[in-house]
Amino acid sequence: MIGAILTIFAGLLILGGSAFAAIAAFGILRLPDLYTRMHAASKAGSVGSGMALLALALVSDSSPEALRAIAAIAFFLLTAPLSAHLLAKAAYTVGYRMWPGSVLDEMPEMEATTRDAHTPASGHPALNAGDVTETKRD
Amino acid sequence: MTEFAKTFLDVCLTLSLVMLGIAFFLTTARIIIGPTLPDRVLGLDMLTSVAIGFIAVIGIDTGFTLYVDIAIALGLVGFLATVAFARFILARGKTADDDEKKDLRKIDGDPNETGDAAIAETGRHR
Repeated sequence: MIGAILTIFAGLLILGGSAFAAIAAFGILRLPDLYTRMHAASKAGSVGSGMALLALALVSDSSPEALRAIAAIAFFLLTAPLSAHLLAKAAYTVGYRMWPGSVLDEMPEMEATTRDAHTPASGHPALNAGDVTETKRD
Repeated sequence: MTEFAKTFLDVCLTLSLVMLGIAFFLTTARIIIGPTLPDRVLGLDMLTSVAIGFIAVIGIDTGFTLYVDIAIALGLVGFLATVAFARFILARGKTADDDEKKDLRKIDGDPNETGDAAIAETGRHR
């Protein structure tokens, strides 16, 4: 009886997880600029795979498999926000713009600080809106 | 009750494999059309997470839970790849190829949206 309930719960979990992943993929295709796409991908993507791994942990017979799946969930929840934040900050610093329909940009101007990399100093979109092609390296 | 649970799990597995396939397809489409490098990196990150979910679903379906180890390694490699790409974007700066003005898509019913010319105008004023 308890096994049947666990199986049904695991089925619901994988259904929800893959629905999350599909909606995230739809958002990644449909949303207008990088930052909104990142909002769709990093949140819903990690929740989707996390739910599928949780279902695997519920269904598996032996406890090492379940522990491995739970460790994968923990690891994934740890790394997904880090990589998303790093990518967003790098893209914003370098000067990828938000789309014109966005209403608020509270981020201050930042300078790219990669050591030994000749990054152009003025990376803010408000500063080099016209001269995108001016980025030159030597 | 147990029979019903097994049938239900089978239906759920088939449906979720279909949805994960759709997710793979849409993410690959975003990677192909780009248009900028961060978009493609984001698509690769998303592809990794969808692949981990796919491995979990396959593990439930066929019993090959050996692949969960591969999923953990895939998550690690995907994280490191995204970090390295972010550093690369930071070091490379913005290039002339990344003309993202062309790709600012129209969301239906947006009041600020009157066509490509308006988008270009707004982009010039920012």
